[in-house]
Amino acid sequence: MKYQTVKSTLLGALAVLALSSASQAAKYDLSVDYVTIDTGEMKTRGIGYNGSSPGPTLRFREGEEAVINVTNNLDEATSIHWHGLILPYQMDGVPGISFPGIEPGETFTYRIPVSQSGTYWFHSHSGFQEPDGAYGSIIIEPQKREPFKFDREYVVVLKDKHPHSGERILRNLKMMPDYYNRKQRTLGDFFEDVSKNGLGATLSERGDWGSMRMMPTDIEDVQGFVGLINGMSPDQNWTGLFKPDERVRLRFINASAMTYFDVRIPGLEMTVVQADGNNVQPVKVDEFRISVAETYDVIVQPKEDKAYPILAESMGRSGFALATLAPRQGMRAEMPELRTEAPLLTMADMGMSHGDMAGMDHGAMTSVDPSGDDKDAMAGMDHSNMAGMDHSNMDMGEKADPFYAAGSGLIPKAANGGKFLSYADLKAQKPLYAERPATREIELRLTGNMERYSWSINGVKYEDAEPIRLKYGERVRFKFVNETMMTHPMHLHGMWSILDTGKGKWNPVKHTISINPGTTVYSETEVDEPGEWAFHCHLSYHMATGMFRKVIVEGGPTVAELENGK
Amino acid sequence: MKTHNQMKKGAVTALVMAFVPVVGQAAEGKIYYGFQAEQFEYRIGDENEKRVVWDADAFVGTDELKLRWQGEGERDLDADINEKLENRLVLQTPISDFFDAKAGVRLDTPTGTDRWYGSVGVMGLAPQWFEIDADLFVSETGDGSARLDVEYEGLITNRLVLTPSFEINAAFSEDREIEVGKGISSAEIGLRLSYDLIDRAVSPYIGVSYERKFGDTADFAKHDGEDYEATYFVTGLRLMF
Repeated sequence: MKYQTVKSTLLGALAVLALSSASQAAKYDLSVDYVTIDTGEMKTRGIGYNGSSPGPTLRFREGEEAVINVTNNLDEATSIHWHGLILPYQMDGVPGISFPGIEPGETFTYRIPVSQSGTYWFHSHSGFQEPDGAYGSIIIEPQKREPFKFDREYVVVLKDKHPHSGERILRNLKMMPDYYNRKQRTLGDFFEDVSKNGLGATLSERGDWGSMRMMPTDIEDVQGFVGLINGMSPDQNWTGLFKPDERVRLRFINASAMTYFDVRIPGLEMTVVQADGNNVQPVKVDEFRISVAETYDVIVQPKEDKAYPILAESMGRSGFALATLAPRQGMRAEMPELRTEAPLLTMADMGMSHGDMAGMDHGAMTSVDPSGDDKDAMAGMDHSNMAGMDHSNMDMGEKADPFYAAGSGLIPKAANGGKFLSYADLKAQKPLYAERPATREIELRLTGNMERYSWSINGVKYEDAEPIRLKYGERVRFKFVNETMMTHPMHLHGMWSILDTGKGKWNPVKHTISINPGTTVYSETEVDEPGEWAFHCHLSYHMATGMFRKVIVEGGPTVAELENGK
Repeated sequence: MKTHNQMKKGAVTALVMAFVPVVGQAAEGKIYYGFQAEQFEYRIGDENEKRVVWDADAFVGTDELKLRWQGEGERDLDADINEKLENRLVLQTPISDFFDAKAGVRLDTPTGTDRWYGSVGVMGLAPQWFEIDADLFVSETGDGSARLDVEYEGLITNRLVLTPSFEINAAFSEDREIEVGKGISSAEIGLRLSYDLIDRAVSPYIGVSYERKFGDTADFAKHDGEDYEATYFVTGLRLMF
């Protein structure tokens, strides 16, 4: 496995650079192959790139044209989506939206004018190939010097590798939505609660959940995975080497199908310098939560000549990934204590402050719009109208993360009691766009039915939905209202999502925005790319069952110029 | 009898034919399928009766429309006869967040007299996690009947599950030929303790089942020298694929 990672890194490096002409074009070759994924405990057949899963790390350079030849060696169609890359829509790699897909035996050539830098990733957008192993990382070297220093760097790709194929997982979820939930409350928990809270309170609490037919343990739909870092299980122990006092840049990518991870390196403070490929003003944290499809770049400076563990515990605490930062190969850090107690959702995550809501359907939540504020003047909004604040009655003693419902069971805490990163901490290093009011707001209610395992937007599944139509040149404000009890990492292809953290022009620019249960979050998008794009929840089985939209950008640079009379 | 058989075949064919174009229309929606055996067990009665009993179902279809087969049976190993052999084919569609309506045909072919029925019903999840399956039947002889199945899964641990179940049958008129009297005809109470051995695919269990007949139905049984009640110790497998 170690060998495989080395191999994939080498292949990635080798794939680089046959400068074809005077214009800066760099050629890369990727083959899509059936591979064996060996985590030590299990061997499964999966899908990978250039013979391994994860695939190689592709290194692009800002300003070049990346020409990538993708050869499909599978006996089914495939595709590659370049997650977070700004590119012509025909190159975006979503079958049925950007292009027809890549048939078996066919080679498709992607041409990407690389106009950005940072950490990104790529993955198949066909069927369940991505959960089955079809993912890899992308590093784009910037043209200009970066506003932070580091001596060496590693990509740290997280993955929730499951013994079952994606197809089988979804079928099982459809038959029985709690098929993989082995963190449900049991008789023992009932007695524990009775002794803690009394029989009446326990019965009434169980009754509240039972009347909704929802489970407070419904945090990770798909448990039973092995957490991988760079394709290696905790036993296989991926190791990144350092010399004491060096500044090490870790490029975290969550390539999981379904799993959010809480990441920490006990003994080291992490300085977050980039989120979703865009530089942010440095934030020192002890721990951060990375949602599915997000990336975070952190810099650490290990001073001692010893091994440090990189621990990523899943949000629902059903699994973890573990790797090592060490001065020499073969070292293993002392295993940090795992937090095995699973969090429980609360009525706040249901969008309710009170439990007594018998018979409500999946949806009726109390959402308070940041009201009174002129939408056009939203850019300069003050903190009292902060995105994500549904609940005006914040009775939490400590300063609560505004991106969780007040009283949510999901609010993370750092294992060492220190600083846990919040979206509210993210500030753009340099604004990517000039600040201006949004032209209009589009409400997207994130909806679903856990018992039927069907997920949707505004109550409508993808196959029944009309596309979202945007006009080139406008700036839209998306209002995400999460009416479900699950978190949803929403990913808009092709254009940036400017997450409203109430920081005005310093709002961070992302490609994936996680919306916690019972919250409302806003993001704005400068509609600056024509074509047709995908917009979806990045949890594989939410996306597959309907939490997905096609976005059509009408018009283009020429039309917009004419209309604006320029 | 022949015409009956033809009618039965005709009804089943019509149901399948009705299903095909509707699914075809919903081609955009993904097609799922599954098989589940809630009960597949060997029973030993309090008078040493031996039985094999099953209660299974399979489906194929989309979120909007499924074709579901439901099969129940009881084989008397002592007499080598099928006490009960039921097959149902229904179309099923959501009517609320947690419930589906279903309609179709049921064909009983035990040792003895056959019957076919038309059926309508609902199935789904009631508040407090009770799984409900309720049906109304009208038989070929015009006799109406009803059945209610309720099941609850109690987690002792996340793998050890205690499942109480309850079934009650009622008839709106007497059908002497199949020995069913008017009124509440029979009921069955079960309690099974299962352990999820392989995922949720294979879960062996042990348990008890008590069943009895009521009213005229019980009298018919007595008249034939059969028991009108029985208690069984059961051991079996719960399956899901």
